[in-house]
Amino acid sequence: MRFDGAVQTDAQLVARCRVGDQEAWRELVERFSRYVYAIAVQAYRLPEHDAEDVFQDVFTRVYEKLPQLRDDSAVRPWIAQLTRRSCVDKLREGGRVELVEEPVDTAEEGTLERIEEAWAVRDALATLPDTCQEVLDRFFARDESYRTIGEALEIPSGTIASRISRCLAQLREQWEGRIAPPSASGGRIR
Amino acid sequence: MNRYEEETLAELLRLLPPAPEAWVKAAQELPPARGRLDELVARAEADAKYREELMANLERALEEAGLEPNPAVVDAVRDRLSKE
Repeated sequence: MRFDGAVQTDAQLVARCRVGDQEAWRELVERFSRYVYAIAVQAYRLPEHDAEDVFQDVFTRVYEKLPQLRDDSAVRPWIAQLTRRSCVDKLREGGRVELVEEPVDTAEEGTLERIEEAWAVRDALATLPDTCQEVLDRFFARDESYRTIGEALEIPSGTIASRISRCLAQLREQWEGRIAPPSASGGRIR
Repeated sequence: MNRYEEETLAELLRLLPPAPEAWVKAAQELPPARGRLDELVARAEADAKYREELMANLERALEEAGLEPNPAVVDAVRDRLSKE
């Protein structure tokens, strides 16, 4: 995760990938890696070795088919769709889904919705100061201990709890600003 | 302070842990890997004997070419060579 504040939009990143910018590709993979991983492991409950196959399959397809993407800003829903298809294929391979004409989506719908919500929270997180982003990411997403966080950020571990509390309050303010009033379009990606 | 909402936010943050580093690195290296893959396929197209050897032990050949023989890569090469 980058904490330098110079975050490009999805569309800008895709545009750079289209012209063969390898650094942009690295950023794109970094940006969406958690998303693909969460869909495979949490929504479809794939074991790690199957999730790894899905993960590589999805990014291979993204790389190959990116030039055909019509709307650069719609890259995330497109990646979600590719991931869901790849997960269903993987489940079919293992005989965990019936072979029928149309793919059966066995994901837990509620979990997929929660992942979308979690993505929006990460958007809000990206607007906080770098130190807040890092301390919250390390504690909640990476499940690091106070001691590990303290050592990594060179701050006393005794102050971590209060930092987390302050940063979480900031995140809540940001989040509340985003969710009210509700958007008529249902989201920023159309 | 609304404790409930902060706990919900914390739960949502926990929903997106980082993917394993090695997976991310492998995906990030797709463009250079794709270049090596193209060379491999071009050689197989030009040399029937090499193609036969390649298809017989694709995983090993990919490894020797410095490519991670994950299923996605193996399938992609098989697809490309079977189209010839």
